[in-house]
Amino acid sequence: MKNMEIMSMASVHFVCVLSIILSALIPVFLLEKFSVLETHLTWLCICSVSVAAVNIIASIVLKPNPSPKRNSLSHKVTRFLKSCLYFMISCLLFHTIIVLYGAPLLESVLETFLFAVLLSTFTTLRCLCLLGLNLQVWIRVFSKNGAMSIWDSSLQITTVCSIVGAWLGAFPIPLDWDRPWQSRIELFNGCGVILLCILFQRSLIALGWQYSRECRGGRLN
Amino acid sequence: MDRWSDLLSVRMRRLPVLLFLAWICFLFYAGIGIFMNGFLLMRIELSQRSSCLDELVPRTRADGEVSDSCWMDRRFRRAVIILVDALQYEFARFDPTNLNPKPYENRLQFIHQLISSQPHHARLYPFKADPPTTTMQRIKGITTGSLPTFIDMSNNFASNAIMEDNLIDQLVQNGKRVVFMGDDTWDGLFPKKFFKSFFFPSFNVKDLHTVDNGILQHLFPTVNGSEWDVLIAHFLGVDHCGHKHGPDHPETAKKLSQMNEVIRSLVDYLHNDTLLVVIGDHGMTDTGDHGGDTEKEVTTALFIYSKTALFRDGLQEEPDAVPQVNLVPTLALLLGIPVPYSNIGEVMADVFSWNDANRDSSGSVTQALAYQINARQVNRFMNAYSQAAEDLPVEKLRHLQELFSSAANGYDQLMAEMQEKPGSILNLEALLQQQTSNLQHYLREARAVCTASWARFHPLRMVAGVAIIAATCLLCWVISELPMAFEFPYRSLLLSPVVWGLSLAAFLSFWRWVITKETELVLICSWAAAISQLSFLWQVWKMRLKRNFVLGSRWLRRSLGLKQRLLMVLKWVLPMIVLFFRCCTMFSDSFLLAESRVVPFLLQSLSILMLVKLHWSGKLLMPGWITSGLLVESHKPSPVPTYRRESLHLLGLLVSFQLCVLFSALFHSCRDEIPGCEPSPFLTPLSSLQDVQIKNLSYGLCVASLVAIIYLTRCWLRHYGNLNSSSPLMLFVRWGFPLIAVWISCYWAISSGMEDNMAKFKEVIQVALVACPRAVYGLVALGLLVALWSPMTVFVQDSREFKTHIVTAYQGIPNSEADLRHVIPQIYRKMQRSLKSRLGGADEHDKATVAAFGLGSVYSAALVIILLLLIFFFLLLHSEGMSLAFLLLLVEGFILLQLHGCAVKVSVASDGSEHFLVSWDAVTAWAFASTQFFYSTGHQPILSAIHWNTAFVGFVGDHSTNLLPAFLVGANTFASHVLFAVGCPLLLFWPFLGESSSSRKRKVKKDWREGEAEGELPVMEMRLRECPEKFSAALLQLALKYLFVLGIQLLACVFAALILRRHLMVWKVFAPKFLFEALGFVVSSSSLLVGIALVMRVDCAVSTWFKKLILSRSR
Repeated sequence: MKNMEIMSMASVHFVCVLSIILSALIPVFLLEKFSVLETHLTWLCICSVSVAAVNIIASIVLKPNPSPKRNSLSHKVTRFLKSCLYFMISCLLFHTIIVLYGAPLLESVLETFLFAVLLSTFTTLRCLCLLGLNLQVWIRVFSKNGAMSIWDSSLQITTVCSIVGAWLGAFPIPLDWDRPWQSRIELFNGCGVILLCILFQRSLIALGWQYSRECRGGRLN
Repeated sequence: MDRWSDLLSVRMRRLPVLLFLAWICFLFYAGIGIFMNGFLLMRIELSQRSSCLDELVPRTRADGEVSDSCWMDRRFRRAVIILVDALQYEFARFDPTNLNPKPYENRLQFIHQLISSQPHHARLYPFKADPPTTTMQRIKGITTGSLPTFIDMSNNFASNAIMEDNLIDQLVQNGKRVVFMGDDTWDGLFPKKFFKSFFFPSFNVKDLHTVDNGILQHLFPTVNGSEWDVLIAHFLGVDHCGHKHGPDHPETAKKLSQMNEVIRSLVDYLHNDTLLVVIGDHGMTDTGDHGGDTEKEVTTALFIYSKTALFRDGLQEEPDAVPQVNLVPTLALLLGIPVPYSNIGEVMADVFSWNDANRDSSGSVTQALAYQINARQVNRFMNAYSQAAEDLPVEKLRHLQELFSSAANGYDQLMAEMQEKPGSILNLEALLQQQTSNLQHYLREARAVCTASWARFHPLRMVAGVAIIAATCLLCWVISELPMAFEFPYRSLLLSPVVWGLSLAAFLSFWRWVITKETELVLICSWAAAISQLSFLWQVWKMRLKRNFVLGSRWLRRSLGLKQRLLMVLKWVLPMIVLFFRCCTMFSDSFLLAESRVVPFLLQSLSILMLVKLHWSGKLLMPGWITSGLLVESHKPSPVPTYRRESLHLLGLLVSFQLCVLFSALFHSCRDEIPGCEPSPFLTPLSSLQDVQIKNLSYGLCVASLVAIIYLTRCWLRHYGNLNSSSPLMLFVRWGFPLIAVWISCYWAISSGMEDNMAKFKEVIQVALVACPRAVYGLVALGLLVALWSPMTVFVQDSREFKTHIVTAYQGIPNSEADLRHVIPQIYRKMQRSLKSRLGGADEHDKATVAAFGLGSVYSAALVIILLLLIFFFLLLHSEGMSLAFLLLLVEGFILLQLHGCAVKVSVASDGSEHFLVSWDAVTAWAFASTQFFYSTGHQPILSAIHWNTAFVGFVGDHSTNLLPAFLVGANTFASHVLFAVGCPLLLFWPFLGESSSSRKRKVKKDWREGEAEGELPVMEMRLRECPEKFSAALLQLALKYLFVLGIQLLACVFAALILRRHLMVWKVFAPKFLFEALGFVVSSSSLLVGIALVMRVDCAVSTWFKKLILSRSR
């Protein structure tokens, strides 16, 4: 059972990372004049959409959270709408936080907002998929000793890593290397979340493996 | 608790804590001192002088001819040197095609006229100054012909006399009469050298006309007379205009036109044998500042004119730039005096290319001769210098020597051939040109070698400085992490290191005095510091061993599991990571340039981290919901987690804190390196605003923020009941503060309304401009004195019933210290209870009836009042718009304290952790906030961004000493450092204050219903008095933590300067940053000491107050 879970989790992460990489590669063939640096807004959209799709599909297929008892269509619709609402709220919240961190208020609003959307897909959407709408569970997962399953701890790690990655992404801004990507990043108010998220997702897989090994070792003992 | 009852017999340690902190500060200072000694080193000044007798190139002279010139036949008998301060090349250039000139363009029309009409007589060059581009350094460069180093800047306003050989000395030695008029900096540099001099004060940059008008009064009469050979006039108006208004201002146009007229009229007075040189000492940036090495600061103008033809070839469109030192040998040889000994400049080829009609030598011969003399002089200097100092690399010197000998020999051979068979050499011109360019090559190489190596460092001293600072940081860390439960052994930890250090210092100084008769203070201090550190560490080590032996080491590691210990580490590891990031940014010049944005970013992250940590550890939730590992096993639906009421409060505080930090970016000023940066509009003084309506509006805004500052403080004091006190301090707060505000706003009104239309009341305004600030200074000083004299701000309502015994445990007069200590908290509680009962309407006649309002916040109230007084002082020194920044500072500091207090309260409520320990988060955030507001009060860590104007707030004209202006400018620059350091003890007090506001309501009600439950009442800061030993230890730890956070930043900065000392940006970014950081540290640490001392003073006052109260009770 546990091994199955670990395997499925690892595969979901793998697909996730793959989708990020592919979102940078495939549009090159499909769209004209596409490049990650030049048309960063398009790429951001594609990236967040693909990651969102992967997460939603994974949650539908794997069903990591126990589905609620009432399972009628109307409930499903309300849950879907509620999730959308939550997602929007989280986007706005992230936007506010980025602006509080010093992003220009009016200038390049689109970039800032897209960045907030991306950050939400990496954090809130995953939470929505895995934990459902119950906010109490969210609070539990994001506190000490709150993780009750592998899914929970993976969620903890990815969310924290995404946010830390976004935070670290601000550091290249002041450097005067005059690279084109730097100005791009500057447009996002220095959130090099994209690259760093990939890195962190990858490192997450490594962590996941380690975790699984630990678990196995623990069971053997 | 048993331990504590023993310890209660120990007095509150006041002096030892202060002494200990002072000792730590001394260690830091010693480290800074020795590092600075190695880092900011000067080149060695040689004392040799050139003399007329040592002819470097033997002259062929017809018999009987007596020449009154040295080394080379002079070309001019007299020279007029007009030095226009901050004459940027752009100012001097004239572009006829520019139809829409800016205020500073196309103003020196006459120069252009001369160049185009008499191309053989006049020429304008770009003139390259060597950085640092401050006036004194430039004067040194223009007269000695060498490169001053960075450290010279520190004595810019105490300009000591030039000891090296220089042009003025040579002129005087050779019997020339030098007349000087203008900037009095020259008086300090060349005391009593001038034949006649007219000095005018230079320091007041707001005064555009005194110096210039003074010069004009004397210039033409002097030139017309015959009592001079060399005349130097140093005009300051353009520079002051740049400082006051910036170059893009109509005043600049006026000043430059005035200069144009000066040159025009001067030319009429000149004789044929007189040379006119117009130079600028440095340029200016677009904001009118200078000091750095940007193109605009470095490029200034050189204009040469004479009535006889001087240049062989005609008009040049854009002549090559001339390095500033080149003027020295050129002038010397043109006037026929020896070139100053340490000159490394090269003669200007153009002015030696005239064809002398009297002698049959062509221009090329003269030129080659000038170069030969120059090369020999430079070579002589290089030899002497390499003997005196070893800092020039040997292989470079050898290479230079080879270059010199080949060039000089070539010249000598050519000359010998010319002597033997004059006129026989076919291509004489070409050969001479060849020789000249060889010599020129040598001279340029020599200059390059000198430039490269005269930023010489003492690596050993630098490393020693870094080591001492690092060890002191470690020391701070060790002591601040010592478990508080131990009685702090001041005696062994403080006494023996100090004794060791002192004895070693005495020994060393005696020994050195015996041996060399000279002592180097820095070296001795650092030795003493190192030894006392070692002895301290030894003591700690010994104590640890002993303690392990006595307590069986379980005291330190009380059966803590691995996980728990990891959690303990987590407590400080996160702020340390943020601090680590901060230190890393010190190593990158681009991060230092962007520091004004980086620090707020880290501060914001730190504050968010504080909240996230609280959430993560579940402290924000109500205790019913336990997060424990057990839940993993039981998959039951967990009980609903509910948040504490404080968490919403915390969230609100966090958001407002972020907003504060965001808004603080409005007040930043700019560095030159960041393109497209606009300095904050709040920084411009009101007087330079053109629009009257905007001026009135912003004046209103400034006064409103001033009023808000006072009002907010009064609100705070009223809330804690301190405002009702009848002590003199509160009287001052109630009446003195508004008075100060009135004076400040008067001053602002007068200084901003200084227009031409007020000319009638000029004298009144002059008086008011002095009187208003002085009144504020006086009031602030009075306030500080009152605060020191009686810092108690307690409102005592006297009793109605005397019979009630207050203290149950003791009867009669308490006579010992220990009794008092036991009694005091009880009295306090009684008083509180009686107050509450009366407020609650209960008729409890048997309770005590003394009410002391504001006793619970007596420490913080005194500190807050003193901080406010300091803020008034700083407000006066800053430009008017900065009052908003100070309001923001006050609000942000308050929010940060609230955040800290709230966080402490929450964590205390959930797990009862220590009140007395101030967390690393809070201390780090506090230190970051002080850096943040350094930038947000309109400062930048570069020398040209220092607000020199400050020295004239309340003082007109010159200062007799340098101490006062230095103090004022320093107070202006390090205002936020001072405020945050003095306010640092508030971090300890605030959680105690927070105790009252919420818990009072609930607990009080419960109390008087039940009638009992003593000790549950909020006693706020009086809890500190319950255990004085712990109080002093907590203060010490807080101060050490703050010093550690500051010290580690200083360490990073110093280390960066050590590693990157050959970096391209070292003089531009790292060295100024180091200077500011070091000075800021010194200011912060000494203010911290002052803050702690104030707390001690309040404590003394509280003690005497209680003693009096008890005595009067017991009678």
